[in-house]
Amino acid sequence: MPVNEQISAKERMAIARVKMPEQDPQVRNRTFTEVNLGLPEQLALLEAKRCLQCKVAKCIAGCPVLVDIPRFLGFIVDGDLEAAARSLLGDNALPAVTGRVCPQETQCEEVCIRGLKGAPVAIGYLERFVADWARDHLTGAFMTPAPASGKKVAVVGSGPAGLTAAGELIKLGHAVTIYEAFHTPGGVLVYGIPEFRLPKEIVRAEVARLEAQGVKIECNTVVGKTYTLAELRAEHDAVFVAVGAGLPVFMNVAGENLKGVYSANEYLTRVNLMAAYDFPNNATPVLKGKRVAVVGGGNVAMDAVRTAKRLGADEAMIVYRRGKTELPARAEEVHHAEEEGIRFDFQVAPLEVLGNDQGWVTGLRCIRMELGEPDDSGRRRPVPVPGSEFIFPCDIVIVAIGTRANPLLTSTSPDLRLNRWGNIEAGEDGATSLPGVFAGGDIVRGAATVILAMGDGKRAAKAIDAYLQNL
Amino acid sequence: MHTILSNTQLAPNVTRLTVTAPRIAQIRQAGQFVIVRSGPGAERIPLTIADADAAAGTITLVIQAVGQSTKELVALQPGEELRDIVGPLGRATELPEHGHAVCVGGGVGTAVVHPIAQGLARAGVQVTSIIGGRSREWVIFEEELRALGTTIVCTDDGSYGRHGFVTDALRDVLAAGGVDAVYAVGPVPMMRAVAEVTRPLGVHTIVSLNPIMIDGTGMCGGCRVSIGGETKFACVDGPEFDGHQVDFDELRDRLGTYRQYEQAAQDHACKMGQG
Ligand SMILES: Cc1cc2nc3c(=O)[nH]c(=O)nc-3n(C[C@H](O)[C@H](O)[C@H](O)COP(=O)(O)OP(=O)(O)OC[C@H]3O[C@@H](n4cnc5c(N)ncnc54)[C@H](O)[C@@H]3O)c2cc1C
Ligand SMILES: Cc1cc2nc3c(=O)[nH]c(=O)nc-3n(C[C@H](O)[C@H](O)[C@H](O)COP(=O)(O)OP(=O)(O)OC[C@H]3O[C@@H](n4cnc5c(N)ncnc54)[C@H](O)[C@@H]3O)c2cc1C
Ligand code: SF4
Ligand code: SF4
Ligand code: FES
Repeated sequence: MPVNEQISAKERMAIARVKMPEQDPQVRNRTFTEVNLGLPEQLALLEAKRCLQCKVAKCIAGCPVLVDIPRFLGFIVDGDLEAAARSLLGDNALPAVTGRVCPQETQCEEVCIRGLKGAPVAIGYLERFVADWARDHLTGAFMTPAPASGKKVAVVGSGPAGLTAAGELIKLGHAVTIYEAFHTPGGVLVYGIPEFRLPKEIVRAEVARLEAQGVKIECNTVVGKTYTLAELRAEHDAVFVAVGAGLPVFMNVAGENLKGVYSANEYLTRVNLMAAYDFPNNATPVLKGKRVAVVGGGNVAMDAVRTAKRLGADEAMIVYRRGKTELPARAEEVHHAEEEGIRFDFQVAPLEVLGNDQGWVTGLRCIRMELGEPDDSGRRRPVPVPGSEFIFPCDIVIVAIGTRANPLLTSTSPDLRLNRWGNIEAGEDGATSLPGVFAGGDIVRGAATVILAMGDGKRAAKAIDAYLQNL
Repeated sequence: MHTILSNTQLAPNVTRLTVTAPRIAQIRQAGQFVIVRSGPGAERIPLTIADADAAAGTITLVIQAVGQSTKELVALQPGEELRDIVGPLGRATELPEHGHAVCVGGGVGTAVVHPIAQGLARAGVQVTSIIGGRSREWVIFEEELRALGTTIVCTDDGSYGRHGFVTDALRDVLAAGGVDAVYAVGPVPMMRAVAEVTRPLGVHTIVSLNPIMIDGTGMCGGCRVSIGGETKFACVDGPEFDGHQVDFDELRDRLGTYRQYEQAAQDHACKMGQG
């Protein structure tokens, strides 16, 4: 009889939620090494025991890719980490990534039954624990080569959607080539999310695993420039488009082209992809401000502001239009940012970036906001408070108020149907208006999450496989 | 990987590299550029495709060694590899099919104006080129441009060709009349001066801008320039724009963003024995 059935519900209920061991805030806010240290095996075992192994496990429905959570947690309790890893990896291709970056508090953990009275099971931490174990212990064990189907699929973009689709398609025996614009694969996982939250080594290992399984990756290939979508389509039996939502949105206020104003995309790309934090050992520079204002409240804004702190800012501040409870960022990131000494100013809107006669940023002129009447969506819209203007003196301003669909690929493919925001229109299974062309991830949804992009990749792979069978 | 096939010094700090890049050689159009990265840890550097040989599968880059990254690039010898080349990026030059165009090139900009002159000539446009350099040894691409039409060479010190700036020669050519468009590529002050010469005459003027870039695909916004009061991303909306609409002050200013870091990069390279 498995060990886990010998624990009574009462015993399980008595265990308190584990705390993630992490670097001291005052140490980590000066380095780029990972904040969360990962659970030691004993703590992971104890935490897994908190799971009640619900017959109708609500947590599963809370996960966009339906990870069978009680199953892999049960294997942890049994001490069978290999079985846990196989179970988890069967449901989720990138658990080392999602365990670290999923907004668990609004997904699997939000609906965990243990959250009704007390804290939900730390599903994310345990997912990370198993995935990290698998990376060290299961290398190569997953390659069950399928007979070659003789079909060729092109995947455009190597973010989580593209990587997941490629992984599924190669397992089905199709020849897969990923075309990536940058010189390194990984999408936002390598150019956006910083090292201190998601070590690049993890992404590299995932990419290497796919390559070992036979996925080809052609970097430095911009579809829409190097090849058109039509050309790729002609060379392959199907195409999956997963180019993300990479177009930065600016505020459209005066002074935005002063030296010292960055889009979060540029700032994070310099620091992460080009490793500017290690200048001049790496050749790409980034401006290091003493006082840095980051406009926005999502994960991107949190990553930018914590990066600025790590690059030596005395004061790094979030400027957000709405209130604290409305911050769209993951709760853990907000909490970590606070611990690291990030200042937050809520219900504030920037009006103008101020500069000196040398063209450098000197401050951000802002106005306070209050909540007005509810708008169409039922949310109360922030409106400016007359006479509440003030200046935040700073030398760097980072704009993190969102991204939109980049038209580079879509504008060269006039028959591909888009919605009014420029995102590709795709059905549940990723099918687009062009036969044999599928799409998923942020280019379809607008800026969303890693796990939703992965879910799209997985569903589209299934649909592509069905499409190829019917050819 | 892209193999360097030849490395020729054209002027004191201007080098021509021929490098394999078959796909780009096949499809590139006048006005487009690539972004290259010489190896791990290196910067992404935008460079115009100065020429291409589709049959041989090669492109030509003409590089002025101004800082650490360009110095590393021009040091690459035949047989060595360039790790990353992405492109062709940017919009192609909009080429009219008849009329008379003047192509103005200053310094390394002459190499950038060359594919434009080539494209114009192929499209059936009469091309006059005005190229300049500090002194004789800085004049590049004279032969190539002469093959495409009348070419006037100017040097600042009078050591070769006409004594004076390209703008002086341009004034004369414009005075003779019949010019439909001017294409100008070179240092920011030169492009601004050309735009000021043509503005009162209302001659359509196209300049190729060189702001600092990272991705070259419109995802970072670092290359933003103000055109007629509107922000544009030079890598996808340009790099060519109407010279009469460009905010040259802002461009020059933004190009200075990393000045203090550029020195640090060179000092670092010296210490590492590569400078
Ligand atoms: C800073 C930041 C932090 C984030 N934090 C979180 C988080 O904590 N949790 C979370 O769940 N989500 C987070 N997100 C969102 C999440 O990263 C995205 O939703 C997800 O990466 C989308 O995946 P994707 O595969 O659709 O696209 P992307 O990851 O954007 O990948 C697209 C890839 O396509 C390439 N590409 C683009 N155009 C072309 C072209 N024309 N030809 C060839 N290749 C092309 C790009 O270079 C890129 O590599 C964050 C996003 C950012 C920017
Ligand atoms: C579309 C485009 C086409 C270009 N074509 C050519 C070309 O054909 N031949 C050529 O010699 N140069 C060209 N340039 C300029 C070239 O990219 C820069 O000179 C080079 O990046 C400087 O790098 P560095 O490290 O050697 O110099 P640095 O020491 O970094 O800087 C020296 C100067 O170059 C500017 N600069 C720095 N980084 C960049 C960057 N990433 N992009 C643009 N400018 C930068 C700086 O503002 C400074 O004025 C082009 C630029 C653009 C945007
Ligand atoms: S993938 Fe994300 S939502 Fe799903 S179980 Fe893992 S952490 Fe939870
Ligand atoms: S809902 Fe919570 S307690 Fe129930 S199976 Fe899922 S993780 Fe375990
Ligand atoms: S270089 Fe990044 S948007 Fe142009």
